[in-house]
Amino acid sequence: MIPPQFEYYAPHSVDEAVALLQRFDGEAKVLAGGHSLIPLMKLRLAEPHVLVDINRIPGLSYIREEAGHLKIGATTRTNDLLESDLLRRSYPILTDAAHEIADPLVRNLGTVGGNVCHGDPGNDLPACMLALDAAMVLAGPQGARTVPASSFYKDTFVTAVEPTEILVEVQIPKARARQGSAYHKIEKRAGDFAMAGAAVSLVLDSAGRVESAGIGLTGVGPTAILALRAGNSLVGQLPDESHLAHASQLAQEATQPASDLRGPMEYKRAMAGVLARRVLDQALARARGGG
Amino acid sequence: MSAAPPHIKGGIGQSILRKEDARFVRGKGNYVDDVKLPGMLYLDITRSPYAHAKITAIRTERALKVPGVLAVITGKDLEAAGLAWMPTLMSDKQMVLPTDTVMYQAQEVAAVVADSRYAAADGAAAVEVDYEPLPVVTDPFKALEPGAPVIRTDRSEKSNHIWHWETGDKSGTDQLLTSSPVRVEQDLYIPRIHVSSMETCGCVAHMDSVTGRFTIYMTTQAPHAIRTVFALVAGLPEQNIRVISPDIGGGFGGKVPVYPGYVLAAVASIKTGHPVKWIEDRSENLQADSFARDYHIHAEVGATADGKVTALRVKTLADHGYTDAAANPSKFPAGLFHIITGSYPFAKAFVEVDAAYTNKPPGGIAYRCSFRVTEAVYTIERMMDILAHRLKIDPAEFRLKNFIPPEAFPYSSALGWTYDSGNYAGALQKAMQIIDYAGLRREQAEKRRRGELMGIGISSFTEIVGAGPSEKFDILGIKMFDSAEVRIHPTGKVIARFGTKSQGQGHETTYAQILAEELGIPADDIRVEEGDTDTAPYGLGTYASRSTPTAGAAAAVAARRIREKAQKIAAHLLEVSPDDVEWKDYAFRVKGVPSKSKTMQEVAFAAYTNHPRGIESGLEAVDYYDPPNMTYPFGSYICVVDIDKETGQIHVRRFVAVDDCGTIINPMIVDGQIHGGLTMGFAPALLEEIQYDENGNIRGGSFTDYLLPSAVETPKWETAKTVTPSPHHPIGAKGVGESATVGAPPAIVNAIVDALQPYGVEHIDIPVHPWKVWQILHGAEAKAK
Repeated sequence: MIPPQFEYYAPHSVDEAVALLQRFDGEAKVLAGGHSLIPLMKLRLAEPHVLVDINRIPGLSYIREEAGHLKIGATTRTNDLLESDLLRRSYPILTDAAHEIADPLVRNLGTVGGNVCHGDPGNDLPACMLALDAAMVLAGPQGARTVPASSFYKDTFVTAVEPTEILVEVQIPKARARQGSAYHKIEKRAGDFAMAGAAVSLVLDSAGRVESAGIGLTGVGPTAILALRAGNSLVGQLPDESHLAHASQLAQEATQPASDLRGPMEYKRAMAGVLARRVLDQALARARGGG
Repeated sequence: MSAAPPHIKGGIGQSILRKEDARFVRGKGNYVDDVKLPGMLYLDITRSPYAHAKITAIRTERALKVPGVLAVITGKDLEAAGLAWMPTLMSDKQMVLPTDTVMYQAQEVAAVVADSRYAAADGAAAVEVDYEPLPVVTDPFKALEPGAPVIRTDRSEKSNHIWHWETGDKSGTDQLLTSSPVRVEQDLYIPRIHVSSMETCGCVAHMDSVTGRFTIYMTTQAPHAIRTVFALVAGLPEQNIRVISPDIGGGFGGKVPVYPGYVLAAVASIKTGHPVKWIEDRSENLQADSFARDYHIHAEVGATADGKVTALRVKTLADHGYTDAAANPSKFPAGLFHIITGSYPFAKAFVEVDAAYTNKPPGGIAYRCSFRVTEAVYTIERMMDILAHRLKIDPAEFRLKNFIPPEAFPYSSALGWTYDSGNYAGALQKAMQIIDYAGLRREQAEKRRRGELMGIGISSFTEIVGAGPSEKFDILGIKMFDSAEVRIHPTGKVIARFGTKSQGQGHETTYAQILAEELGIPADDIRVEEGDTDTAPYGLGTYASRSTPTAGAAAAVAARRIREKAQKIAAHLLEVSPDDVEWKDYAFRVKGVPSKSKTMQEVAFAAYTNHPRGIESGLEAVDYYDPPNMTYPFGSYICVVDIDKETGQIHVRRFVAVDDCGTIINPMIVDGQIHGGLTMGFAPALLEEIQYDENGNIRGGSFTDYLLPSAVETPKWETAKTVTPSPHHPIGAKGVGESATVGAPPAIVNAIVDALQPYGVEHIDIPVHPWKVWQILHGAEAKAK
């Protein structure tokens, strides 16, 4: 439980942090909440020579609506999501997810940025970001660039973030009228990684037809999965029993689970369908002003 | 209005606060990792990535170049000192460090000593080892097949079979089973699990080369036995060895064995002349320390047509890993597994167990269970449900119909135990009444009509604890007595020392309460000490719920011995003959004139200042208590589960536990023990399991994957008691530490299987993961299509 030696830097600005990442090209890891990185280091599964601690950079922790977006800063703690009235009111999917992430100790330190860009298919926020059609703002030597969530996740522990870049913000399209969203996962034990999880965000038109629907899945593939066909199958429909069942079936078909200690693949696949359906119902209820 | 019965502050039956908690809740406990000695060095261990491999080379040069590293110890170094192997408590052999072959993943390969914990870790990572992988055997059935690779090539027997043990009437059982009109049989696997105590294992060893004194602070549940083992194995004079068990953060049987790390720290101290600290990290603890369970059981039970049990036959294969490092009494290689006839009057029974080596860590320890009682209770309580189901009798009614009746005690079981006392129907009826059993069955019938899954499960267990009577019970030849040494000081305050060792059970409180009751001195005035072999009387330690049955009995006997002497002093003070004095309502009173009395405190002062001629000064006694019999706690648990048909998730809605542990010393501590034990029984039923892949790689070697229950899913326990005192224990107490761990798993599994009865399910192996339930439901669904 003791990591090998490493150098530690605590920059006070994003520019300074990026400069450090450039200087130690590929040898440095960004430390935020540390709830994935530090255990990996203690087990000597990750042995970075340099840590760049971004916790002392001011102005990276916020949740605000601005210019058509909900913007969440990278070092915003999971518990901040849980306590935000704005999220509970307009983006309940994030309140749901924060509530199901690990335990209070982890939520007090673990960050939104870390959860989103660690690239662990078992993390909860990536599926939410896919469902919400979010974009990640990355700061690098050439300035900032924005990558949509749908092309952010490349493989297990591999994202669009380059070794010299830092994720500084997550941007989510501002909530609209008749939008409903929800997240739920099932675990072997509270606080464990998901056996399967589903995230849904949808918007209804004034006639009650689905205008858009995003469905993200947790823990059922090498990365979080955007179940594109499942979401699209609902667009333009009055979401009745058969449409919802069909969408859930398509969500299930979008999975690529592996058998492990959190269940055999056929179970995980089936659970993705069960959860997609339950979360669709919840999101619909919220879109209709209930839930 | 009648006056309250006389009582002494902190006497038996009072829920006084735990004396030890004053330091624990303030973070002021003294655990082994809190021990810091001048000049202390640190030890870390290089471990094998292979489950079975030949070591072709160990190169230590890089490790020795790490700044701060002072020494590296390998198997070859130990071999030169005759210490490469050491005996296990079961008279098998285990490696301290291998000289040529590793036999399980995470096995110790080399030890690195450094001047800081960090340097030691870097040094351990820098030791270079060349391995040549060997064929791996992880399945005990395959291990016994002809042609299987032999793991223990050091033995003269060229096979992986360790021992065969059997008891009971084989032919009588066969005959009775054959002639029984109803018979059921079932395979049950109880997987490997780990005690996962909050504190891992560790020690600080110090050989003082000038005085020849060897002191070791260590996480051991049995410090005195460990001292003797060190004396016998290392050839050190026993008076020069001091073993100190400081505060211990949970043992549960996992801190009975001697682990290689302890020996390595001792060797490192001898080699360097410095105190050496070794503390395991969590992964080492999970991956390399002794496991529990791992029994493959085949059970057969017979009954008459009208539902009376007849005979029981059990054949079991025990997977012991690469060495038998269980911690059973020497004469019982399968522990007390033959308590397996449980609460029922089987006329005949036969049990056989074979043990096999595999490429896994050693063990077979009694995880919060008096030597394989968990395995026994799980088997019989599952089989009773399977049998009830076959007979189409309600499982509660079936148990009530079959229980050994209260008037049959002392009861001699078919496998040779003499149960001391019991009222099994009383406990079950109380549990049924608390939970409204009839109402639950009505609710279940209604839900079944609606297609909902709800189950009710019962476990009516009989425990066997308090090892044990000296004619049968020893560990490496040392009889399993335990001891108390009680001394009353002139001001009437008491110091009492015991051969046991609390790991969180609350001995400092419980023993003080027994002494308060017996001596008439408030518990606050009684100081209890354990765990230092220089000061405490010899005892076999704390495990198998034995402390109250043995050392607790010794406390009462020693106190009564003190009272005999004190009575003479009291008579002297009261100026009457000793025969005219009686001990009543916590004082010595003149018979017929109860107001003329002397308290124990007054007598104590006189024992040092004004005692009669012919009686020596002081007021103290020692007792080494050899129990006349085991004690047999029992209880009935009822569990209610609801199952989500889509996900297979199991929710324990209610769990009522009625326990009978005889006389209750501190109801709060007993309830705490039961809450903890139930949680530790809930865990393997639904979550815990150590698995290995075919290459012997451990799956779940950290708390990321080895899941302990959290407060969220742990049921709300509802506890109640019946009290049937032990007739042979001085205060009628039976011990309670393990009842709940033993009793809970079958209640939960019985409830799940009961919920799935519409699907024809008779058994599901633990842990019952949601996908096991889903596969049953999904299979049924697929068939229906």
